[in-house]
Amino acid sequence: MPAVSKGDGMRGLAVFISDIRNCKSKEAEIKRINKELANIRSKFKGDKALDGYSKKKYVCKLLFIFLLGHDIDFGHMEAVNLLSSNKYTEKQIGYLFISVLVNSNSELIRLINNAIKNDLASRNPTFMCLALHCIANVGSREMGEAFAADIPRILVAGDSMDSVKQSAALCLLRLYKASPDLVPMGEWTARVVHLLNDQHMGVVTAAVSLITCLCKKNPDDFKTCISLAVSRLSRIVSSASTDLQDYTYYFVPAPWLSVKLLRLLQCYPPPEDAAVKGRLVECLETVLNKAQEPPKSKKVQHSNAKNAILFETISLIIHYDSEPNLLVRACNQLGQFLQHRETNLRYLALESMCTLASSEFSHEAVKTHIDTVINALKTERDVSVRQRAADLLYAMCDRSNAKQIVSEMLRYLETADYAIREEIVLKVAILAEKYAVDYSWYVDTILNLIRIAGDYVSEEVWYRVLQIVTNRDDVQGYAAKTVFEALQAPACHENMVKVGGYILGEFGNLIAGDPRSSPPVQFSLLHSKFHLCSVATRALLLSTYIKFINLFPETKATIQGVLRAGSQLRNADVELQQRAVEYLTLSSVASTDVLATVLEEMPPFPERESSILAKLKRKKGPGAASALDDGRRDPSSNDINGGVEPTPSTVSTPSPSADLLGLRAAPPPAAPPASAGAGNLLVDVFDGPAAQPSLGPTPEEAFLSELEPPAPESPMALLADPAPAADPGPEDIGPPIPEADELLNKFVCKNNGVLFENQLLQIGVKSEFRQNLGRMYLFYGNKTSVQFQNFSPTVVHPGDLQTHILSLAVQTKRVAAQVDGGAQVQQVLNIECLRDFLTPPLLSVRFRYGGAPQALTLKLPVTINKFFQPTEMAAQDFFQRWKQLSLPQQEAQKIFKANHPMDAEVTKAKLLGFGSALLDNVDPNPENFVGAGIIQTKALQVGCLLRLEPNAQAQMYRLTLRTSKESVSRHLCELLAQQF
Amino acid sequence: MVWIRFILIQNRAGKTRLAKWYMQFDDDEKQKLIEEVHAVVTVRDAKHTNFVEFRNFKIIYRRYAGLYFCICVDVNDNNLAYLEAIHNFVEVLNEYFHNVCELDLVFNFYKVYTVVDEMFLAGEIRETSQTKVLKQLLMLQSLE
Repeated sequence: MPAVSKGDGMRGLAVFISDIRNCKSKEAEIKRINKELANIRSKFKGDKALDGYSKKKYVCKLLFIFLLGHDIDFGHMEAVNLLSSNKYTEKQIGYLFISVLVNSNSELIRLINNAIKNDLASRNPTFMCLALHCIANVGSREMGEAFAADIPRILVAGDSMDSVKQSAALCLLRLYKASPDLVPMGEWTARVVHLLNDQHMGVVTAAVSLITCLCKKNPDDFKTCISLAVSRLSRIVSSASTDLQDYTYYFVPAPWLSVKLLRLLQCYPPPEDAAVKGRLVECLETVLNKAQEPPKSKKVQHSNAKNAILFETISLIIHYDSEPNLLVRACNQLGQFLQHRETNLRYLALESMCTLASSEFSHEAVKTHIDTVINALKTERDVSVRQRAADLLYAMCDRSNAKQIVSEMLRYLETADYAIREEIVLKVAILAEKYAVDYSWYVDTILNLIRIAGDYVSEEVWYRVLQIVTNRDDVQGYAAKTVFEALQAPACHENMVKVGGYILGEFGNLIAGDPRSSPPVQFSLLHSKFHLCSVATRALLLSTYIKFINLFPETKATIQGVLRAGSQLRNADVELQQRAVEYLTLSSVASTDVLATVLEEMPPFPERESSILAKLKRKKGPGAASALDDGRRDPSSNDINGGVEPTPSTVSTPSPSADLLGLRAAPPPAAPPASAGAGNLLVDVFDGPAAQPSLGPTPEEAFLSELEPPAPESPMALLADPAPAADPGPEDIGPPIPEADELLNKFVCKNNGVLFENQLLQIGVKSEFRQNLGRMYLFYGNKTSVQFQNFSPTVVHPGDLQTHILSLAVQTKRVAAQVDGGAQVQQVLNIECLRDFLTPPLLSVRFRYGGAPQALTLKLPVTINKFFQPTEMAAQDFFQRWKQLSLPQQEAQKIFKANHPMDAEVTKAKLLGFGSALLDNVDPNPENFVGAGIIQTKALQVGCLLRLEPNAQAQMYRLTLRTSKESVSRHLCELLAQQF
Repeated sequence: MVWIRFILIQNRAGKTRLAKWYMQFDDDEKQKLIEEVHAVVTVRDAKHTNFVEFRNFKIIYRRYAGLYFCICVDVNDNNLAYLEAIHNFVEVLNEYFHNVCELDLVFNFYKVYTVVDEMFLAGEIRETSQTKVLKQLLMLQSLE
């Protein structure tokens, strides 16, 4: 067998590569390369004509330099010259250079095409292959125009060598993929199909790929390939393991060709000809039988090759979906793999079973493996395997096992990887909805979802539970009772508050008879959550309150008191302020009758496809839709609004679920044009800033549109906002990503760095602060090659939740809505600290990437310590001030374990980064750190003293902060304690 | 339509030893793909599958000593067939270079392209017989 020595043939190249490898630094490498480039350039420009060998050597060096990542702007002509050499080695380097470096619109294309033409006509198979490979590698339209007509001829010519046919087949495939219009079908197509009978298996291997590609667009022209493919497959599958010699791989006859033939057959329905079909079924059975035979080798190559064929066979069986016996056998075979020691096989079995689950013939057989799959979900080490297990559980779920699967998925959710939580949440929500027999179980499940993974419960999910509860009066009382109990948890997720607020506002009366959930109790329970919630939730709660006034007149005085409070009527948020003002007025001026009409219970929602299902489809892309579509399996069951016997009031609305992607929310109920009179007056009372009167002729509908799930294209629908859709209002900002706090912590003691990075986007931060002012530069880098569209970063400061007083003013400029692939855009923020604050502003970034909306919310690294001004003072002063701040609430202290090595220098750097001055010779113990500074805000200045006492033995710290303001002491203490 | 999008050979440090593209990408995008593949593949341990989802595709990869051989294909393509196609390719390299090592791929990079083109063309598997490929390579080697 041949052995190739290092760089044989081109000593100069080997020396150059060695030199580069020996370079100690990037600079040295560049220097060496520049020297070489100068040398080559002078050789190319020199008077002396270069011989072929030198030309080849230099072109090859240029190629090497290019592959190292350097630009090459000369040598193309020399490479083209090499193409017309009659020496193989020179030609090869020429073609390689062209394939790697020449782009399609090069001016040289004519010269190149000329050389290719000569080689194609040369009748030298080696040269012909080189030329064909070059066309296949470049695949440009120009080449297609020049050669698309010639290549079919070469492919079917009786005297073409086998290797030439192989290359010609794939070369044609490439041209056809690039520009199908250039490849005319003709009498050659019939002869191409007959290549499936070729004696040379390599030719067949190449030809199957070509035919598979061509038959997708012209199935009828290539129909004859079915019987030829079946007989070829049959000969391979039934051959003994040594029959095919060269094409036997680890005792498996022609595995790749078998796989390709099986894929070709998947382009067509089952063969119509009974004999062909019989022969094919026999093949498929043989493959399944062989899987049960003892292996002929212990090598993984043997079992992989064998199983490659097996999995493709199963794909074909699933594609036909007509042979119950084969489907069940396939399922049993995959069942064995579910517990195989090879992770690859477990993964593939889960994946393949997912499609089997959607066949009516094998669905039951798949279900028998439920325990194994649940176990996989719990124990697999590779997250991608767990993901497949979750997919399969979802696919195999039906009414009989829904409770078990949903409860297992809920349990898994508690520990699931962040990456797949949202998807699991959606799946659980869909399954619970689709297979709910009793709706109390459904309500319990969704509330559990919110409890376990509230951050991942998207709007679609909680909107949906509201729609269902609204439409089903048998579950309303239970829902009210359950949310009431759930809200009693001391810490409950904001989504729970939203659901609770809405449901109690509608159906709180159903549990008001119980003194434990009397109207005042319900109100105070909800109101106890009010201050901790975001603006959107508070707005929703205000609507609940006004509904309470109607439901429970006895709460009117209390609620009016709340609405009248300065924190509501003069709230900085215009939406909240407006709601408070309008609701207060409404409750005071309207008569009971009017109130009862305006605040009537919500009418049932029109039927529509589950918004959650639509979201999951969007998430998974259109390809996933078929896997999710259970129509084949259980045509009687629809989504919940259809699957549930519609209540009489919803019956009249035809289901618009034909809109498969569910991209549009249902149209608003047919609205007669607004009529004059009392109706209009009420509309005015109710309309949000941007509501359109024509859409809301009655107050109920104004309400409805407020709470209706917003259509994805117009995220503003929930709380109408005058801003254009590209610039979401603050209410629209999602919860910060789970890592937001961790990312924020990294920036407490530094001002510059990378704030966030994923596969698509990188966000860098540079900032500087002086006194109470700051300027921050955000750099958004598009890491992909695709343009981001509707790119819109927004900064919002949720404000100090306790005070509702604007504490930070952040001014931003909009950035361009498009960010090109690989490009970076910069955004400048001007920040003014008006008063001390606890929560950082939120940065919400939205854009569309390849059509899919992306959104993420981060915490902007602006913490109160950024406005520190260091203060130097002597020991005496320090202690005097320390004593002055001796009220218990002025001090905050934390004793905590070191999370990082206790290095004095690092600690110093962090304290300086934190912003305070470090005072030497103050603390009698030199190990301790003492600092002082003033927090500068527009409204006030807060003097701060701090002391950090490391205890190296115990690996602990004690941190003490004293400031003139209680909340500042506590907050600084918390921020700083996380840094060590 | 199913075909190989690219083949990459990288070492653990992320140095590319072969990049064969079957789709049009500009140079920046190629660099990005190379980095992303490296990041995705090197974090996986031996107990993980040899498959990893990658953008809208998947990477089938196998590690040999310090080298990762990666093939990017469509998500519904046959994983095991490509996994063994990698091995078949590596066995050919091993014969051709007589116990192939990373340095062989560095010094003979232009020959590695020839080996690839014999076995994979236009993103499809062209020839799978080791005997036939090696015979052809031997013949080419003898040419001037």
